[in-house]
Amino acid sequence: MSLKSSANSIYNQYNEWWESSALRRQVKIFRPDYKFIRKSEESELMVENLNVHIKNNHILKDINLSIPDKKITCIIGPSGCGKSTLLKTFNRLIDSVEGVKLDGKVLIDGEDIIHSGQEITELRRKMGLISQRPCPLPMSIFENIAYGCRIHGIRNRRKLNMIVQHYLKSSGLWEEVKDRLRSPAARLSIGQQQRLCLARSLAVEPQFILADEATSALDPISSKIIEDLFVKLKANYSIIMVTHTLHQALRIADYVVFMYLGEIIEAGDAQQIFNNPQHELTKKYLSGAFS
Amino acid sequence: MKFFIEKLMRVLMILSLLLVFGFVFSIVFTIFSKGWSAMSWDMITKLPGGGFYIGKEGGFLNAIVGSLYIVGASTLLGLLISIPVVFYLNIYLKKKSKLAYVTRLAYDVLFGVPSIVYGAFAFTIMVYLGVKASLLGGIIVVTLLIIPIFVRSMDEVAKEFPREILDATYSLGATRLETIRVVVRQIAPGIATATLLSIGRAIGDAAAVIFTAGYTDSIPTSLSQPVATLPLAVFFQLSSPIAEVQDRAYAAALVLTVIVLILSLLGRYFTNRFSKNKLK
Repeated sequence: MSLKSSANSIYNQYNEWWESSALRRQVKIFRPDYKFIRKSEESELMVENLNVHIKNNHILKDINLSIPDKKITCIIGPSGCGKSTLLKTFNRLIDSVEGVKLDGKVLIDGEDIIHSGQEITELRRKMGLISQRPCPLPMSIFENIAYGCRIHGIRNRRKLNMIVQHYLKSSGLWEEVKDRLRSPAARLSIGQQQRLCLARSLAVEPQFILADEATSALDPISSKIIEDLFVKLKANYSIIMVTHTLHQALRIADYVVFMYLGEIIEAGDAQQIFNNPQHELTKKYLSGAFS
Repeated sequence: MKFFIEKLMRVLMILSLLLVFGFVFSIVFTIFSKGWSAMSWDMITKLPGGGFYIGKEGGFLNAIVGSLYIVGASTLLGLLISIPVVFYLNIYLKKKSKLAYVTRLAYDVLFGVPSIVYGAFAFTIMVYLGVKASLLGGIIVVTLLIIPIFVRSMDEVAKEFPREILDATYSLGATRLETIRVVVRQIAPGIATATLLSIGRAIGDAAAVIFTAGYTDSIPTSLSQPVATLPLAVFFQLSSPIAEVQDRAYAAALVLTVIVLILSLLGRYFTNRFSKNKLK
């Protein structure tokens, strides 16, 4: 018997026991699928000497960075400084840009995601992405959340029901949509759509949440809800946000990275950066001399 | 002066609209007025009898069933072939890919090739292979005929597929192949329109099937038997010198028109149902 099949049979036995156990019926706690169980509780993201060229433009220059675990990291800086490119490098979505060339290392849990032969789909699952404009899939609300689980092989109906309910609750959407799970996601309001996207990302149990100006298309109330959610979620996930609004960074950031023209000018604790910036450019940016 | 131009243009637009309506109405009127007298329940429920082509008893059920066979099978085959083509062109190939450019050009050319050329081409091959005119031949030629319509009209919709949805799907860990469920749902209205266009072309085309499907008075029971089609029923009966038989040609045309109408209405209904999930 091969290793894989024996592991599978152990899992099946365990699953049978769990599904039938009295414990499960009593506590009804949500337990992510075994496929999504993390190897370790800590997650680590290190960037070493990262250089990104697109065609002949040097977009990111010698980036060295360490993202703290279970904190909100805000990447700030003026438009076109490479914030989004850096974010897209983390989940290799940048691969689809034509003429891109990556140098250096991006280490996630010690594994270089640029050069190792790691499956890119597994990497992207680990790095949940929330985009600027909410982008629900052209399906029902239920299917939007179930889709990610389905492509990773979870097909059990009851399990999917549980998953959808759990993640809609954790993004605070359940009460609003529980009666219309089958209606198209496109009919939700834009703030609800963004929370749906968050729930969709969470449903595949990422380690990191990458938010690319996730609140810039939303009204103040919706963006407040998203911010509060991020603060709540940092207990379990490392959140990396790109933001254009300094006030937002001030409100929720634990760690701040300031970028300018493709370089990291300064990085450090939010308190320290905002109260006592070391670099001249950071001072100017924070005081609003340029944006 | 501006106001005058506005008015004039409006009148011109309405006139051209009326022109189109006029055409449709006059076609339907001609078919109805000539075909209605020959129309009877027998026509659509019976096979041609012994003296059918000199104006005696029978109907053209053979042609109705034959047309539906060919249209049904070739639409299905066409969809099966063209969805992967469109998917590959738009998801796998880069925006400026040369292969995509050449493919689109090729389909544009095929789009414009007259159906008689398809028929003649297929006939040459069938002669070479020693195959007789048959249902299978008809289905294959009609499929070839409608694939360019499928591909080009779906491609136009798929080209507009939002990049963001693709990125969102990838960031959940989907492979390119796994995005097909998302892509198909987003372009579903386009697929429905393409299907309607293709069915319209497939059911009305006489030239493609004249050499390849043949004509027969019975309903085929296997793929290797010849099959009758409605456009050919119209064509053959219209070329008859007997007035009664000519009227029956119009009756066949009437049936053809009604089938197209029903399919269009059904198509519209399903387009609306499929497009509810589409993102604006």
